[in-house]
Amino acid sequence: MKHIRSISEIGKPGVLAIIERAKQMAEINSRPIPKVPALRGKTVVSLFLEDSTRTRLSFETAAKRLSAETMNFSVSNSSVNKGESLRDTIETISDMGVDAFVVRHKSSGIPWQIEQWTDASIINAGDGAHQHPTQALVDCFTIAESLGTISFEGLTISIVGDIRHSRVARSNVEAFAMLGAKVILVAPNTLLPPDIDHWPVTVSTDIDDVIRETDILYMLRLQSERMDQGLIPNLSEYGNRFGLTEKRVAILPSASRIMHPGPMNRGVEMQVDPSLLSQSLIHRQVANGVSVRMAVLFTALTFNDDRENAIERLAKETAQ
Amino acid sequence: MTGPDVQRALSRIAHEIVEKNHGSANLVIVGLQRGGVWIAQALASKIADIEPELVVPLGLLDVSMHRDDIDLRPASQVAVSDIPCDITDTTVVLVDDVLFTGRTVRAALEGLNNFGRPKCVQLAVLVDRGHRELPIRPDFVGKNLPTKNSDEVLVAVDGVIVTSGATS
Repeated sequence: MKHIRSISEIGKPGVLAIIERAKQMAEINSRPIPKVPALRGKTVVSLFLEDSTRTRLSFETAAKRLSAETMNFSVSNSSVNKGESLRDTIETISDMGVDAFVVRHKSSGIPWQIEQWTDASIINAGDGAHQHPTQALVDCFTIAESLGTISFEGLTISIVGDIRHSRVARSNVEAFAMLGAKVILVAPNTLLPPDIDHWPVTVSTDIDDVIRETDILYMLRLQSERMDQGLIPNLSEYGNRFGLTEKRVAILPSASRIMHPGPMNRGVEMQVDPSLLSQSLIHRQVANGVSVRMAVLFTALTFNDDRENAIERLAKETAQ
Repeated sequence: MTGPDVQRALSRIAHEIVEKNHGSANLVIVGLQRGGVWIAQALASKIADIEPELVVPLGLLDVSMHRDDIDLRPASQVAVSDIPCDITDTTVVLVDDVLFTGRTVRAALEGLNNFGRPKCVQLAVLVDRGHRELPIRPDFVGKNLPTKNSDEVLVAVDGVIVTSGATS
């Protein structure tokens, strides 16, 4: 895998290989000195044209723990403000000699678009409402860690909230279904995507209908910056109908787990303090973010054809 | 080497480790993933038979992230390190199946430093096949096997086989 841009592009063998590799990275992160020389001499550029805290910082930490050089790009002090095009920006940075771009952009498809302008690996850190594959990999790793197995057969995962605008939901639905989980989407009709019929999911508009049969309750952030089209009546009504309240925590089965990709809207979708919930995996999601992104960078930056064939062969052997 | 030869060599190495270190106090046995793991387990259990009053900690070390030839090798199966105790000021015995170029041991020495600073590191291998590319020498050897660079050495509990690289 030279590029890691969407879950369907890397496929199930890619997902399994990265999750397996992330276990090794998690061990490295637990060492007294959590740094290895694996990517010495490689350069990783973070090209974040949209805001981010945890994704950007966890990629940066991941690159540093593998001894890669990191370059940071932020729009506010770049020539983008002087009207430089994305193409010129990519080509300029490429000319400096970089091995990977970690890209976040508000438009869907940008990671595929920039492939023609650079020879470097491209890692999608979120493109519009399309894909956020590394978040899905982090979530799969976190669930696998909690279950003790990477097979999600028999697991029911309910994803609640603003599915329509969520790249996290799109990547996670693909990845969860790929690993064998039953996925239920819970949202008001206005926050469901128009092409929902083609997704491998069942749909509900009432969280209380599904909560008792849910093993993993995955709360999405209500993207209030995109709520200016009358999609929901108001935040408090949305919170009452779709938020995680004390009452809903009480009826959630005790073995079930709660996840959220962050950043959280406290008092909207999250009406309880998740740090007080024993079922919460939210801190594990953040902690695992570094390990999984180390696995992603390592996989993309040590890519060569021989290696790729070996990974496929190993995946087949493991599957047998 | 046959299976019984392997067992005899491991017994001798276990005795040599205890003799050289005047007992098993302060020792940590660390097997290199993956080939060295079963040998390290065997050595730890033999040392426990010789010096039953002490338990020698057994660790596992994966060196793939410390290699200088990551780009040159096919993808290895993922293996995870597990060092169960602080190794600072201990005597670490690194254990591997075959000593060849020495690059794995170099990576292991570097990897070990992430876990602490041992007082001393020793190296035990079941087979030394020569062709060193780095100034590395084993302290304990099961058998010196003269090989060609292209040969393949296969090590298992039931014996050691050398296959010619030309035919394989």
